[in-house]
Amino acid sequence: MKTIRNFSGIAPASVTRRVLLTGAGALAAAHCLPAAAQMQTNLNELPEIPAMQEFLAGRRVQFARMQMEIPRVADNGNSVPIKLGVLGAAQPGAVQSIHLFSEKNPVPRMAVFHFPATTARFDIESRVRLAGTQRVVAIATLADGTLCVKVAEVLVAIAACLDGS
Amino acid sequence: MADARIQVPQQVKRGENFEVKIAIRHAMETGYRVDEVGKPIKRNVIRELVCKYNGAEALRVDMSSGFAANPLLQFWLVATGSGEISFEWVDDAGTKYAERAAVTVAG
Repeated sequence: MKTIRNFSGIAPASVTRRVLLTGAGALAAAHCLPAAAQMQTNLNELPEIPAMQEFLAGRRVQFARMQMEIPRVADNGNSVPIKLGVLGAAQPGAVQSIHLFSEKNPVPRMAVFHFPATTARFDIESRVRLAGTQRVVAIATLADGTLCVKVAEVLVAIAACLDGS
Repeated sequence: MADARIQVPQQVKRGENFEVKIAIRHAMETGYRVDEVGKPIKRNVIRELVCKYNGAEALRVDMSSGFAANPLLQFWLVATGSGEISFEWVDDAGTKYAERAAVTVAG
């Protein structure tokens, strides 16, 4: 067996024990999550959002390059941190725009970021409102017209009171 | 109190990407809430935000009630020259706001 050296110089606990412990921890965590969080939604297909279909207008999308960082579980839907980015886009004008759509919000088109031809880095950070557990879709329009998509699911404990319910 | 706080690096190198942060003071009232007597509170969210770098458009954002109250935005620009980064935004009430910050480009 290969020895693993850590920074303190002390030999770590046997790998088998560590693996066992991590496994046990993950199992316990999975049991703590509510049923909805354990649900495996397919994040490789687009949810049905009329406003998004209208924007896409039948155009093909690819589930690649678009990056979205959003918590899997959000305590409060009134303010959910979000990070957007496009992989391998570092040339000025590589990305024209990034659209953000929500499955459940009363206003499904949450945001559109338009980049001029001078922008060379397309990372955006902000905070959004989410009216309940749902999928969020980010679509980047590249300079050549390619549409890159990322779908993320967020479990919202307290929904933003967007619809008054 | 200012309507927004803008953060840009004190000095940036020409040609490099630098991060711009803006925090706007705005309730982003969704229009779905009611006041204490049950009267609906009118919607008032920021509709559009435009950032200009030395007069040229650097980012345009179509906003909605999907943004959290007191919206925060971080993005990147390419340093082309010293000057001014200005923001303009307009809400449903038709109020126009503007805020600016200076940036120094070295080299």
